[in-house]
Amino acid sequence: MTDLARKRPEFRNINALTDLPSYRLPPAGWVSILHRISGLLMFALLPFIIWMFDNSITSEFSYAKFTAVFNVGCSFVPGWMMKLLALALIWAYLHHFIAGLRHLYMDVNHAVSKEFGRSSAWVTLTLSLGLTAVLGAKLFGLY
Amino acid sequence: MSSVNYGSKRIVTGAGYGFRDWLAQRVTGALMALFTVILLAQVIFTSGPIGYEQWAGIFAAQWMRVLTFTVILALLYHVWVGVRDIWMDYIKPVGVRLVLHVGSMVWLIGCAGWSIQVLWRF
Repeated sequence: MTDLARKRPEFRNINALTDLPSYRLPPAGWVSILHRISGLLMFALLPFIIWMFDNSITSEFSYAKFTAVFNVGCSFVPGWMMKLLALALIWAYLHHFIAGLRHLYMDVNHAVSKEFGRSSAWVTLTLSLGLTAVLGAKLFGLY
Repeated sequence: MSSVNYGSKRIVTGAGYGFRDWLAQRVTGALMALFTVILLAQVIFTSGPIGYEQWAGIFAAQWMRVLTFTVILALLYHVWVGVRDIWMDYIKPVGVRLVLHVGSMVWLIGCAGWSIQVLWRF
């Protein structure tokens, strides 16, 4: 064994912060990382979700209080900000749900070709963002 | 690879729980998708505007409470596997990861308990 072979070369990612933002992520890559991000977001907002469920279901009075939070806001947060938070949750759920169905479809049908990955990723993004826009319009009273 | 695999020579890495958790995420995900459809169908096919009566009425039926309870437990496992994978991928120091694992479990079990209480107290 030569000296060179005994000392293994070490590569440190010293250019990571400059290199990483320059990578182009394909649509399937976006769907994948957004699947993870949407899951983490819902995990973090779980108490808020349960709070909403609790207030919506306990009584007429708490139901009115719950809907008021999205119009008038609570002590430190205005109503439209609460609606934005709800919209973020709506997007997170829609994306996670549709990307999850895509996973299940690929698992069951062994549809693992690169072309299917690309086309199904486009469908996922269009459907989830589209439905988010539709529900967001409803949430903000546009129709 | 050592032929001795007991005692101090036992190989302890690679816990071998990949398949169970992979399948569990699929199964729990499918169950929750089904629940979403059932809930959405009830909301969509309610005639007239949905006020408190209609909304609370959906969850008043015993079968709906039991189904929701099952879904909450399914969610607990599904989220745990997902979040544990995130910590495993990005957090290398074992001490920090252990704290995050424990914190995530406490968070999830607390949320599960609270939501089950909400489900049965109204």
